[in-house]
Amino acid sequence: MKIELLAFGITKDILGGRQVSYEWEGPANVEGLLLSLREKHPQLADLKSLKVAVNSEYAGLDKTIGPQDEVVLIPPVSGG
Amino acid sequence: MAENFDIQILDSPLSAEAAISFVQSDSCGAIDVFIGTVRNHTAGKTVFKLSFEAYEKMAVQEMEKIAQQAADQWPVDKLAFHHRVGDLAVGETAVIIAVSTPHRQASFEACKYAIDTLKQTVPIWKKEFFEGGEIWVAAHP
Repeated sequence: MKIELLAFGITKDILGGRQVSYEWEGPANVEGLLLSLREKHPQLADLKSLKVAVNSEYAGLDKTIGPQDEVVLIPPVSGG
Repeated sequence: MAENFDIQILDSPLSAEAAISFVQSDSCGAIDVFIGTVRNHTAGKTVFKLSFEAYEKMAVQEMEKIAQQAADQWPVDKLAFHHRVGDLAVGETAVIIAVSTPHRQASFEACKYAIDTLKQTVPIWKKEFFEGGEIWVAAHP
């Protein structure tokens, strides 16, 4: 699967930009994306948490990802 | 958005007066206000500025959910929920929540629920700039 990935907070620093073209082998779902990302960018595995939003809703690991979806990395939030 | 909620993410200074004036209601005897400001130190280090960024579309949606959840649990008449983004100096306001309810206890509880939940679910991130470095807050265990 190949997507345009949006990254905020510390994930923007780790991936090297707000918007990154990302391609991975394996399942086209949140779990597949996270497994691939953690392998390619081990610093992501050091975070307290890493969630994924698909089309601006928090998504579970089994959520399917398609090329048209807006996929966003959500590291630990710290608003307020 | 429900018309009794005023939810905004702004890159300009927040106004407590605007939030309070939005929630004022003749049927309510209480307005509780929370104002979160930039503190000049963290873990023994001197902080000189904070920078906030938001995934705005989703942040507004999540703030709406929180407002609705507060209204489901307490008799909230109106709720204003404003968060700042961009660079903030020490003393500036990062977040304002104002809630009006008929009686005071519910306004305290609804306001506390809103700020506590914001810190857990709303996709907004804060970077602290201090002497000798900068850090994304809460990113690591």
